[in-house]
Amino acid sequence: MVEFALPKNSKITGGKVWPRPAGATEAREFKIYRWNPDDGKNPSIDTYYVDTHDCGPMVLDGLIWIKNHIDPTLTFRRSCREGVCGSCAMNIDGQNTLACTKSMHDVKDGAVKVNPLPHQPVVKDLVPDLTNFYAQYASIEPWLKTTTPTPQREWRQSHEDREKLDGLYECILCACCSTSCPSYWWNSQRYLGPAALLQATRWVNDSRDESTGERLDNLEDPFRLYRCHTIMNCAKACPKGLNPAEAIAELKLKMVERQV
Amino acid sequence: MFLSIVHRATGIALYVGTLLLAWWLIAAASGPTAYGHVHDFIASFIGRLIVFGYTWALLHHLFSGIRHLVWDLGYGFKANERETMTWGALVAGISATVLLWIIAYMIGGGR
Repeated sequence: MVEFALPKNSKITGGKVWPRPAGATEAREFKIYRWNPDDGKNPSIDTYYVDTHDCGPMVLDGLIWIKNHIDPTLTFRRSCREGVCGSCAMNIDGQNTLACTKSMHDVKDGAVKVNPLPHQPVVKDLVPDLTNFYAQYASIEPWLKTTTPTPQREWRQSHEDREKLDGLYECILCACCSTSCPSYWWNSQRYLGPAALLQATRWVNDSRDESTGERLDNLEDPFRLYRCHTIMNCAKACPKGLNPAEAIAELKLKMVERQV
Repeated sequence: MFLSIVHRATGIALYVGTLLLAWWLIAAASGPTAYGHVHDFIASFIGRLIVFGYTWALLHHLFSGIRHLVWDLGYGFKANERETMTWGALVAGISATVLLWIIAYMIGGGR
């Protein structure tokens, strides 16, 4: 249901201001969401200063610098550091994006504000619990489903048919889009969200897949697909420049087309 | 997201506006005294403000609705198209409202 305010135990209270690094000529302020499941306290916003001369340009570089030089308890996910794995998705300066591809110098004026992805349970600090998100991805059965006997060699696909997957197969499942969607915030138990639906489109559009009808049947539901109201936050958020809103519109069109 | 909220808000406002319209029609059907009351209210400053707001809600919802229709047909999803249509709907709604009121006053609707 619609929730405009945070629950009591999620309200942000106070926060520690960590000292500026000694000898730094230029320091960038970072305001970072902190929450520890073990101390029973409410979340807080801690302030750190990053020595920009000793640190790479990206927000992720800043976070790693803080972890190495100031506060080793700061917790976040990261892996590839080049926008391929989707681990370091978080809310930076009010926008869901990947910390590794977002330059801290693109954040205008003042502090770089870093929060976990919105409206997800927090495991610790910047680490959200994406169990539901992954379960929804699994529910669209993201694998090739066929009934004809498996060929001796590969499943063939023409160049034209392969092109139909462009703009869909690049998704790295970072969850930036789904967690930016108000419909998903309020109906995430029943609405699949932009990421899972973009993936559904990827399999519906695949010329080699033979269960298009079943896939569409599975989405023919007032919540799973039709909670998308074309709000467009997903398309704005996607750090890979994909367009989940367009993919969902394509699904809605296919739903109508197969009935006429 | 902001204009998605505005689209919904104007949609809700249209319910209230429809009540106003129904009140006006029922009064017109009931007779001159009842109609006089409605007319006095609508002709007052507050009344005109409400009707002006209703005009804008209707026109904004119309233009914004056309934008949603285009999206439902599978077009206009590129970032520049999206922004043009979205802000275009807002500008068109406001301009059409002001224009309509100017015309209404010019043909003597303000008396």
